[in-house]
Amino acid sequence: MSRIGVDVGGTNTDAVLLEGGRVVRAVKTPTTPDVTTGITRALGLLLQGASVPGGTPRAVDAVMIGTTHFTNAVVQRRDLTPVAAIRIGLPASASLEPFVDWPADLGAIVRGEVFMLEGGHEYDGRPLMPLDTAGVRAAARRIRAAGYTSVGVAAVFSPLNPSCEDQAADILREECPGIALTLSHQLGRLGLLERENATLLNAALLDLARKTTRAFADALRASGVAAPLYLTQNDGTVTLAEVAERLPVYSFASGPTNSMRGAAFLSGRRDALVVDVGGTTTDVGSLRHGFPREANNVVEVGGVRTLFRMPDLLSLGLGGGSLVQDAPLAVGPRSVGYRLPERARVFGGDDLTATDVAVAAGLLDLGDRRRVAGLPASLVTRALARMHAMLEEGVDRMKTDARDEPLIAVGGGCCLVPERLPGVSEVVHVPHQAVANAVGAAIAQVSGEVDRVFQGLGREEAIARARRLAEEQATRAGADPATLGVVEVEDLPIAYLPGNALRVRVRVVGDIGRV
Amino acid sequence: MAPPRPVSAAEIESLAIGAWILGTGGGGSPYLALLNMRALYRQGARVSLLDPLDLADDDLVAVVSNMGAPLVGQERLTDPRTVARAVEMMEEYIGRRFRAIMTVEIGGGNALQPFMAAALLDRPVVDADAMGRAFPEAQMTSFAIHDLRMYPLTLADVRDNAVIVARAASWKWMERLSRKACVEVGSIASTCKAPRTGKEVKACGILHTTSKAIRLGETVQAARRAHRDPIEAVLEAERGLLLFRGKIRDVARRTTEGFLRGTASLDGLDEFRGRGFELAFQNEFAVGWLDGAPRVTTPDLICVMDTVSGEAIGTETLRYGQRVSVLALPAPPVLLTPKGLEHVGPRAFGYDLDFQTVFA
Repeated sequence: MSRIGVDVGGTNTDAVLLEGGRVVRAVKTPTTPDVTTGITRALGLLLQGASVPGGTPRAVDAVMIGTTHFTNAVVQRRDLTPVAAIRIGLPASASLEPFVDWPADLGAIVRGEVFMLEGGHEYDGRPLMPLDTAGVRAAARRIRAAGYTSVGVAAVFSPLNPSCEDQAADILREECPGIALTLSHQLGRLGLLERENATLLNAALLDLARKTTRAFADALRASGVAAPLYLTQNDGTVTLAEVAERLPVYSFASGPTNSMRGAAFLSGRRDALVVDVGGTTTDVGSLRHGFPREANNVVEVGGVRTLFRMPDLLSLGLGGGSLVQDAPLAVGPRSVGYRLPERARVFGGDDLTATDVAVAAGLLDLGDRRRVAGLPASLVTRALARMHAMLEEGVDRMKTDARDEPLIAVGGGCCLVPERLPGVSEVVHVPHQAVANAVGAAIAQVSGEVDRVFQGLGREEAIARARRLAEEQATRAGADPATLGVVEVEDLPIAYLPGNALRVRVRVVGDIGRV
Repeated sequence: MAPPRPVSAAEIESLAIGAWILGTGGGGSPYLALLNMRALYRQGARVSLLDPLDLADDDLVAVVSNMGAPLVGQERLTDPRTVARAVEMMEEYIGRRFRAIMTVEIGGGNALQPFMAAALLDRPVVDADAMGRAFPEAQMTSFAIHDLRMYPLTLADVRDNAVIVARAASWKWMERLSRKACVEVGSIASTCKAPRTGKEVKACGILHTTSKAIRLGETVQAARRAHRDPIEAVLEAERGLLLFRGKIRDVARRTTEGFLRGTASLDGLDEFRGRGFELAFQNEFAVGWLDGAPRVTTPDLICVMDTVSGEAIGTETLRYGQRVSVLALPAPPVLLTPKGLEHVGPRAFGYDLDFQTVFA
């Protein structure tokens, strides 16, 4: 099996070639504004003279790309499409309309017409009200007349029963040929506003997602690679590009996730803490069974509350580019960021950065060491101690267990991680740590997840049913059914609901199947 | 008598923060009710707060509360029109107009329910409640402790469904009858409890808890703005006690008889390093043990807050690894009487413990 993993970051595009579970070649190139050029260049460098089985690049089995493109679009408020919103659930939830509590600037770009219609379900699957199909049709005609290209549909309790959203989608397709649709049940979890927010963000990103995926595919073609294309997801798994481009919000956090997955693979560890020290920030996460532990609560993206699969990460304002100040001593959160190669002292600049301190302390051999020879030894010692204390606190906060755990250090600034930390059994360094994210993309598997309320079933039976549903979903996303295994099971009894109501979340993961 | 004083939009925000802290882990998040209030205020509504001592003895006060499963409330979002309808139904049923509206429970989302009704019905909110915090059961109120009548009750669904419980033989019966109706309409409904006279509110209510919650929220907000420790600020302002600081090592939850019950174990940090704390909850935090010995029990308010952010943490969102501080805040005196402890003391929650306040 020969795979290519690519991580398209804001600054660099990293690519690795993996063969039989081994990193054969790795490259780092600057990201280009058009994306395609950067990826084409990275793939060109990667495949140049690489020993690809069969002798031609066409023997690559799969290409996995991870990108922060979609999150950046939301955060920077660019490349977003106005979206019409259809809420199904009247007379329930009438007072809080779609887009409520969105930041004004983002709402001004994305918020289109809002339609509130009767329909939806109860927690136990009974209809709340019959779906107002005439209303849906009228809304669809209005949407077509107004020229919207993308619609988000959210119905009350649709994760339990998606039929209202499905019926609305049928009508919308009839009335508005070619319309882009996002249905909230595709995004899982209970919590109407948060699920609807994710749906509307997704709808606003569909156009960009399509263009980006096409650009990725063009880059592959230009490089002579004929392998199927996958996009990496927030949970560290991949989905076929043509499926993934319909759910761009599922790629929001693929950057840090891929780093953690790469760290797991490169170290051979499945349960460990991971510290990824970048230029401006350090991400601390926790690997469980080889996957990042997920955040269980509301995650804000660009100021919008959402609730879906995201890794549980702690971001610290510490990186290789963090500014260091004496009297009073301060390290970060301000950073020179991507301008490190011109601004840091060791590179001839005027700013004192964490990198300069690391070079002065002999932890790192970079740039011109003589330029930091004059730093007072006490400042170096104190600044390092401060950084270690920040990392210590961060690591301790992400630990979920009193037992000592190994810690994998990755990222360009991983020399800042001390060799000994309280609660850490050992600090593991890995080869190719600077491209761990691209490695994480290359090794990704396919997943399926279900989060539902079951009633009148025993706990075992409810979990078994959830598992079957998750497996079906994974198979649709490109998994080989024979390789599927459960990676996470969580069950939460629900207060004040009769009939042993149990909310069950099951996630399964398997290898990519033959396409 | 002083006229009711207007409540500003900023105070509504503070109320949501303070009420969540007084929820002692339960009561439901006030977030969705807060969104409703923001919308109502944007549309020009203004609610005023009435000092309960300014109620005439024969004034009639509506007591409102949201009923149902918190999870259902995440899909069927709380709506001012439904709670207003429960109040109007009661007025129709008893044939009298309410002077003002109050909440049964200041802890959690219910704190904002009377404000939503008040905004639509143009009536003031009474600065009082019947718990001074949050509790899981209907008879855990100061009105029940004072043996006031618990009927009639009106229950409104968002559809054209309405139920009136005209009589109930006991608080338990009232709970059973109304709960049944609530489940039928989808496990979420707005209720208007037995109407109270001004005299009853003054004698049997827990007074000035709305303004207390607003103040508590303002304390946290001010501390955050000044980059001061919000927990320190809460302790100071409410004369509370820091019981423990640590990190959550384990959480076990189960639902029995419709309640979220469970325990959380904490490992000490800072001055509590090497020590352990155990929390038991039934929707709200009920008992805390320090190194195996009972340290705090209901009705003293047990609040768990994120040590860094100062956000209150609910029993449904407790999680491994969280850095938390456990605080005790004083309970309203009526809950500490022998009769009060029968209703809301540790034995009412099934713990074979005598209540001993941490504020002795």
